[in-house]
Amino acid sequence: MNPLERYEPLVDDVEAFRAACARPLPSVVRVNTIRSTTDRVTRAFDEEGVTYEPVSWHDGLLRLPDRDPGTNWPYFHGWTHGQEEVSALPGLALDPRPGERVWDACAAPGSKTTQIAAAMNDEGTVVANDNNLGRLSALRHNAERLGVTNTIVTNADARNYSMKPLAFDEFDRALVDAPCSCEGTCRKNPDVLDQWTLDHVTQVAGIQKGVLTRAVQATRPGGTVVYSTCTFAPEENEAVLDHVLAAEDCELVPFDLPLETVPGVTEWDGETYDPSVRHAHRVYPHHNDTGGFFCATLRVGGDAEDADRVDNTTSDGGDAETGVDA
Amino acid sequence: MSRPTNDGQRFDRLPETPADREVEGRASRREVLDWWEERFGIQPATFDGYTFWEKGAGKVWVFNGEATDPSRVEAIGMTFLRTRQDHWKPTTRAVQRFGELATRNVIELDPERASRFAAGEDQELPEWDGDWGYLVVSHAVADGSAPMGVGLYLYDELRSVVPKGSRAELSVVER
Repeated sequence: MNPLERYEPLVDDVEAFRAACARPLPSVVRVNTIRSTTDRVTRAFDEEGVTYEPVSWHDGLLRLPDRDPGTNWPYFHGWTHGQEEVSALPGLALDPRPGERVWDACAAPGSKTTQIAAAMNDEGTVVANDNNLGRLSALRHNAERLGVTNTIVTNADARNYSMKPLAFDEFDRALVDAPCSCEGTCRKNPDVLDQWTLDHVTQVAGIQKGVLTRAVQATRPGGTVVYSTCTFAPEENEAVLDHVLAAEDCELVPFDLPLETVPGVTEWDGETYDPSVRHAHRVYPHHNDTGGFFCATLRVGGDAEDADRVDNTTSDGGDAETGVDA
Repeated sequence: MSRPTNDGQRFDRLPETPADREVEGRASRREVLDWWEERFGIQPATFDGYTFWEKGAGKVWVFNGEATDPSRVEAIGMTFLRTRQDHWKPTTRAVQRFGELATRNVIELDPERASRFAAGEDQELPEWDGDWGYLVVSHAVADGSAPMGVGLYLYDELRSVVPKGSRAELSVVER
């Protein structure tokens, strides 16, 4: 069975959903603001004759319809990084500031880690963790290529992550971009649909709950935790949020994303979830001609203390428009 | 008690000065800053917010975050400089990251030579009358100069030391 069929009751236009999922995605690069600017990258593309199209909802993303995104001068210089459009969303939702302490719990191969580091102007500390040593080498390569100097890389199980190697005992923000069943990437890698099983969904949902729980525990009161996946499965999305809302002191908060999304679902397969899961965003391929995605923002409970090492703490994570040319 | 020796499996912070050195052969922060200034004219203040760490035999990393004892982590910042050899060698990535600040031992290549350098080719370059050794190799791109990486200049020849995995066959862009 094609697993996408099970999500058809959730979408507004089944034909458009099916059609979009069957179309391949164009290559996209994100401009690495540690090293360059969108203006300089596009001027270099112009000189070299590389065709590009802007992405309307983010001025740091460029579609490259004709070419391998890794064979041009800006890439050679570390000015760009190949990254699917929707993959830029959790970094926007996390909205990290220069000087903060940020955890990327499932970080490899580092697209979001390096985006976070760039949003922090390469200042503060990013802790990029992954339990897969092989994938960590890709993360390290990407971080070096992009000139990231504020990131520590660790190799541990995020579910029982120890703060011992770090200079502090809690984070200001954490991203859980969880391992998942990945149907949302089918436009890039159709094999994910053939490999899909409900057993895997059940198994990976347990891991997701464990990692998100640890992220909430490791983040300071008032801090922000972003949860994201590239699956449509409510078992791996709203059900995970529902579990952690019940188990830990945290709440889901509303936030904006700069493209068309629909709210999280409160019912699925005979289960009902906490009504606040509607604050999460579902991104369907046919709405913005992207991959599929899921993204939620949690605020950790308890009394917030101002982080005095950060100059600009005006937001509790709700301002996802920062840095976006809306 | 014997003096501590370098453990290549862990990150250790560089001592501030040669006088603070406990591990034999380990570069000090002062020597690293002096090297970048003497070789490339990059001001020591550039690295005021950064710490330097050694892992492996002489590989120095540069880090811009908070750390106290990160000895067992996988990486801290980025690789920066190879020490514990006669001629210290900056990494390609460090030169791409900080090389724009260099004021000497910088060689600017024309478009044709720049493409050959990026592809990893060595090239005859007798007209260079500057120092031998490791150079910042730059070219013009998008209304400015941008460092491509590290070249080794010896006997009228500029060798490309761009790592194999980072080389690329790129077009000659006449600007």
